[in-house]
Amino acid sequence: METLTLAGTAVDVNAEGYLTNMDQWTPELAREMAAQYNIELTDKHFEVLNWLRAKQKEGAQLSIRKLGNSGIVDIKQFYALFPGGPLKISSKLAGIPKPASCI
Amino acid sequence: MMKKIVILGAGTAGTMMANKLYRNLNSDVWQITIVDKDPQHYYQPGFLFIPFGVYRPEQVVKPKKDFLPKGVVFSISEVVKINPENNHVDLSDGTSLNYDILIVATGTTPVPEETEGLKGDLWYKDIFDFYTFEGSRRLAQKLETWEGGNLVINLAETIIKCPVAPLEFTFLADAFFTEKGIRDKVNITYVTPLSGAFTKPKTTALLSKLMEEKNIAVVPDFYLQRVDNERKVLVSYDELEVPFDLLISIPVNKGDQVIENSNMGDEDGLNFIPTDKYTLQHKTFENIFVLGDATNLPTSKAGSVAHFEAEILTDNILSYINGQPLEAKFDGHANCFIETGYGKGTLIDFNYTTEPLPGKFPFAGVGPMSLLKVNRANHFGKLAFKWVYWHLLLTGKKLPVSTNMSMAGKIVEEQP
Repeated sequence: METLTLAGTAVDVNAEGYLTNMDQWTPELAREMAAQYNIELTDKHFEVLNWLRAKQKEGAQLSIRKLGNSGIVDIKQFYALFPGGPLKISSKLAGIPKPASCI
Repeated sequence: MMKKIVILGAGTAGTMMANKLYRNLNSDVWQITIVDKDPQHYYQPGFLFIPFGVYRPEQVVKPKKDFLPKGVVFSISEVVKINPENNHVDLSDGTSLNYDILIVATGTTPVPEETEGLKGDLWYKDIFDFYTFEGSRRLAQKLETWEGGNLVINLAETIIKCPVAPLEFTFLADAFFTEKGIRDKVNITYVTPLSGAFTKPKTTALLSKLMEEKNIAVVPDFYLQRVDNERKVLVSYDELEVPFDLLISIPVNKGDQVIENSNMGDEDGLNFIPTDKYTLQHKTFENIFVLGDATNLPTSKAGSVAHFEAEILTDNILSYINGQPLEAKFDGHANCFIETGYGKGTLIDFNYTTEPLPGKFPFAGVGPMSLLKVNRANHFGKLAFKWVYWHLLLTGKKLPVSTNMSMAGKIVEEQP
């Protein structure tokens, strides 16, 4: 485990940079992390991040398809918000673990 | 009055449950009914071998009734709706079946219609699936005369039945074209929504090395949006393109239509049923249990999983009947042979928390199979499994494999 200072606070992250304690998350921290991906977070981005955090708390298995069914964005828009690997990047910015595939 | 257990689906999971429950319950008290619309049982692991002419189609089909106990009622009907509040299921002929306990084993099916252009003009011309009896037979005919070009294997979704089968298909295709003498005319590309050939680190390392040795290109993180039939390209949600001459598609997998009709699927919209990952009880209705591919459990959709689940679920249903707590816990155990071509294979054994590790299986130190190693014994294990499946597994006989995953024989850290 490593410690990273983001938005003026020290947070615990794993080797891939995912927060290991989702309670250390703040919106400012998400903004700073997003800058590393050249993403400027809008309200829509935060809607996605908050949805992911809520689902993570419920213990749900997260997937791109599930987000596409969330009513917040469709899959195409999800890719547009977080280009590259939308679920991996948005999970990192939401302060939750990297979604594990179950196989 | 007789108490009633109704099992929906007489595939691998449902058939095993019918056998185990019939053996364990007093048939003067409990009547077991199993419902399926198809009278034929398919040995699904065999579909992989049909395209390459290793198995003939008739070798993988037998009547379902041959594997069900005489005392179990086998109803060949289509189930249209489950009414969990009123404990009955509706059949397509307008009748319904009441139950005290319902077991849902309705499985999963590829649904190519979910993806734009997949089941279009090129379907069964230049685009094939191999997870269905028909698809595997059509593909066998195609491969007999195909002269080469870009062969693309694509997974449309991450949650699919038998997640190792697409890899096996790819390795077998490499060997098939090599033996045919046209491998130099075939470019093989494996296009997956996952971040690599597989998900668990040690297995991915082994498989990636095999892909490289066999000159197979891997395109990771590719989430298919549509198939352009005119230009013969796959298009992802972020507008990346992969051209193909022959596409082997693993379409989106969905649970049975009856789950959608009954509004019992989870939030993925794929008709998989929210199920307790340890007890296999339905998340809402305590007299409904789910096993096999129909669940939303975070483990592989595979016959081995259904087998281990059936052991656990039998215990839990007996506890439920006796008014005791459901103490048997499923650990997510899966055990998969992976064919790698040229008469060789590898084997992985894992559960919810332990990734596949190297070692010997099923007997520690002895084997005869080896985990995460490519050899002939594993390939013969896979072929021998067909006999085990028809003669032991379906009818619920004990196999020399532990229900919960065993660490015995596994090597946690390999010596440098």
